[in-house]
Amino acid sequence: MSLPASLSASLQSPLRRGLILFAAMFVIVVITGVMQGGASILLILTQATAFALIALGLNIQWGYGGLFNFAIMGFLMVGGASTVFLSYPINPDFWTSDGPLMLGRALLAFLFGLCLVLLARQSHRIGITGKLKTTLVVIAWFAGYILYRSQIDPAAAYIESTAGFVGGLGLHPVLGWAFGGLVSAIIAFYIGKVSLGLRTDYLAIATIGISEILRALIKNMDWLTRGTMTVSPMPWPTPLPQNLQAMGFSISESFIYARLGFLALAVLILVLAFIIVQRAYGGPWGRMMRAIRDNHIAAGSMGKDVTGRQLELFIFGSILMGIGGAMLATFTQIFDPSGYQPINHTFMLWVMVIVGGAGNNWGVVLGAFLIYIVWVISDPLAQLIFVNLSVLTDSLGWGAIPEIDSRALQMRVFVLGVVITIALRYAPRGLLPETVRREG
Amino acid sequence: MDELIFFINRVLISGTVLGSIYALGAIGITLIFGILRFAHFAHGDMMTMGAFVAFVLASALAAAGVVLPLPMGFVVLPVAMIITALLALGIDKGFYAPLRARGAKPVTLLIASIGVTLMMQGLLRLIFGSSTKSMYVAGESKDIFRIDMSWAGGTRPISITEPQVIMFVVTALIVVALHLFLTRSRLGKAMRAMADNAALAQVSGINTALVVRVTWVIAGSLACVAGTMLALDVALMPDLAFNIVLPIFAAAIVGGLGHAYGAIVGGFLIAFAETLAVFNWTAVLRPLNAILPEGMALPANLALVPTEYKLTVAFVILVVTLLVRPTGIFKGAST
Amino acid sequence: MALIELKHVVGGYGGAPILNGVNIAIEKSDIGVIVGPNGAGKSTTLKAIFGLLKVTGGTIEFGGENIANSLPDRLVPKGLSFVPQEKNVFTSMSVEENLEMGAFTRTDDFSGTMAWVYEMFPVLKEKRRQPAGELSGGQRQMVAMGRALMSKPSLLMLDEPSAGLSPRYVIEIFETIQRVNQEGVGILMVEQNARQALAFASKGFVLAQGQNRFTGTGQELIDDPEVAKSFLGG
Repeated sequence: MSLPASLSASLQSPLRRGLILFAAMFVIVVITGVMQGGASILLILTQATAFALIALGLNIQWGYGGLFNFAIMGFLMVGGASTVFLSYPINPDFWTSDGPLMLGRALLAFLFGLCLVLLARQSHRIGITGKLKTTLVVIAWFAGYILYRSQIDPAAAYIESTAGFVGGLGLHPVLGWAFGGLVSAIIAFYIGKVSLGLRTDYLAIATIGISEILRALIKNMDWLTRGTMTVSPMPWPTPLPQNLQAMGFSISESFIYARLGFLALAVLILVLAFIIVQRAYGGPWGRMMRAIRDNHIAAGSMGKDVTGRQLELFIFGSILMGIGGAMLATFTQIFDPSGYQPINHTFMLWVMVIVGGAGNNWGVVLGAFLIYIVWVISDPLAQLIFVNLSVLTDSLGWGAIPEIDSRALQMRVFVLGVVITIALRYAPRGLLPETVRREG
Repeated sequence: MDELIFFINRVLISGTVLGSIYALGAIGITLIFGILRFAHFAHGDMMTMGAFVAFVLASALAAAGVVLPLPMGFVVLPVAMIITALLALGIDKGFYAPLRARGAKPVTLLIASIGVTLMMQGLLRLIFGSSTKSMYVAGESKDIFRIDMSWAGGTRPISITEPQVIMFVVTALIVVALHLFLTRSRLGKAMRAMADNAALAQVSGINTALVVRVTWVIAGSLACVAGTMLALDVALMPDLAFNIVLPIFAAAIVGGLGHAYGAIVGGFLIAFAETLAVFNWTAVLRPLNAILPEGMALPANLALVPTEYKLTVAFVILVVTLLVRPTGIFKGAST
Repeated sequence: MALIELKHVVGGYGGAPILNGVNIAIEKSDIGVIVGPNGAGKSTTLKAIFGLLKVTGGTIEFGGENIANSLPDRLVPKGLSFVPQEKNVFTSMSVEENLEMGAFTRTDDFSGTMAWVYEMFPVLKEKRRQPAGELSGGQRQMVAMGRALMSKPSLLMLDEPSAGLSPRYVIEIFETIQRVNQEGVGILMVEQNARQALAFASKGFVLAQGQNRFTGTGQELIDDPEVAKSFLGG
């Protein structure tokens, strides 16, 4: 048997196929490591691990449930902002000022506005119905909004001018990550509650709209998140390179060991999440989810609570996204709301899941690592090509290529587009397609 | 009087400018949805691509030493429209048609259009760099017309720029032309028929492949107009239209997906909602200060939402529309 | 020579074939009616003729050439026309625009044909500016037939034209079909109202499991005790 034939035969078996692809990825990691250096590949791997966690979250939503979520970026920002709030050191300037009091008043105004809206929505009990009730609800919303704005605007201005921003609570970063997951879950509950009934393409557009709303809020609520002024340095759950240097490590070693420590923690979380998600997939819950995804009308007519189950999926997936987003912010030590882009933080995750194989957790993890590495090394590779091309054009008398750096950076966006296009065309079910298990 | 002039300058003119651009983009999105049944996410980048095509043509003309009384970017528009339409046809043939032939779901096509977005964004920046460029390649100045309002007691003029005037005229012409095409021509009616009931259109012997091509030609050329106009009004950059593709989707959805007139109405609705939401009402209501009691003076800034949330207004309208009336105000293609 | 002749047609949607050898022959003067139980392949036969599903065996001869697997935009100009059972009007378009769409493949002046259609269905002329979606079920069926006639077909195929109509309209539709036939248009239709349809059919085809069971004139089939027992409900 010739080599290509035996290879293609072994690719038929899902297990072999998986092992071969993971081995191939390992080789790519090693090659990148040799070329880029140990500290650099550890950086890539740690971020890839966080992205794998987020991709698992998307796999729960899209792969298991067929729910289209384009709000990934929003959840990553929520996770990042949450971990800032919990784990960033306490800002004494804020706590000793009038800020907390003013925020308390704003909170009261908010709650009062909420009550107004809720009351207006109950107005049919006193005989107000139809258009009149709708008008009343709209007025209540408007009044609540004005009331809240009247309190939060001065509070925000005051905090921003005196203390900068509220700061954090100084708790352990891992708690911050958990908090990121929790806040994401709460937000996902409300998003899911209102939008999961929509058709897939409308859901896509609605979620991307919600994601942009979240971004606008986090970017502009300077009093809470410091907005575009960014928050840094964020504390690590594991020793920082500086800590290791103080203990006598050399600078290059300190980076390797510090990142190794962070990576170990990230991998631990990923493995835990993976086991939970994988077990859920094989269990009765996962079976029901797939039944709903493949034919939600039939599942609904069999008495399954389709919307309720979908909401569960949406929340579980978003929790992983929040945790992953928090991890990313902690790892880079900076929370910069302007650094979040739909391309890097929503579309890339989709490419990971589709290329890896929606519905297959192994495939999604493989896809996450593979795509992230491709994403990262596209830039230096393109630089290399451009620099050589530039030499050529220069020698031909056409002049050098201007702005090589910024152009090369864009190469990765192009490559991402090419990858997803090829995947959709030639491997629409991904590298490791979902294997539908037969229950005996 | 000055307050009214301020309102005209800030709300009426800029709202109409924005509305024209949204409407031209939304028509394309809504037609593509009506005929091909998928949300074409790459439409914003098609607009940007159109603007760059116009930019290249204008630069070529300027380099050839042509001097014209109108902005060069506008003069080359017909040619740029044709080129962008051809590119749109090529994109369909290369990326969407093979998936359709396989019977892919609309969602797969939506994801494919994300792929196209990424490729176009990458390519545009690779070729043109990521810096901001001026569409006034020949060094023409952006003429500003000032309409003196002293006869009505105003101290400030109503000001409107040349590209804005051109934009109003071109948008009006396009809307009329589109209306005539859809209601009078055989092909336009066939397009409406296919959007209404694709299976029946096929059974009637309508050449559906031809209708698909016409759809891309219209969507592509209108995207080129919108992109070029936007670039003439503001400036040309690679993420020119990517940032406004969501308000454009909002316009198309508010108007009812698949409904061309709805897209136009939706475009202006979203644009005016955005403009009015961030408008500082104190500027208009200031005379009231004279009759308001002491201590009740209007604050310096009285806007419904802060300026930095301008785009958010469109998203909120979008989300609310999707939740309350997903078929849009004109009842578009709901299923 | 027959207007249309199906010989041992086999076809389906890619999986197991639904048609397992259907034979049908219709002259220009004929009204052909296909009857049979649910799932017998009646509608599928019409769709196979119209290129809406894959024909994998046999031939469909129309006007002397094999048209199997040709698409509608080729078939309509050749003189074939089809009225689907459901969703057979453009609801958002006016009655007149619906008719125009039926003439899409024609490049000549079709005002004469339109006048002919209006003459046949006077109520449509009254409502020609109204969106077809606002019409009653029977009027919609007229719009659908009118649309199909606009291409001046030599063979008109109808998929259960009487489905969902009140008895009064059923009679009206059947009368119209006979009138169209007298104007020189061959008819091939599928009907659930089997007895009523066979009564005016010049040719009847009883299909079961994708194959012909009985073939004959309409009256022959009604009189055949076996057909009556198994397919016409006693």
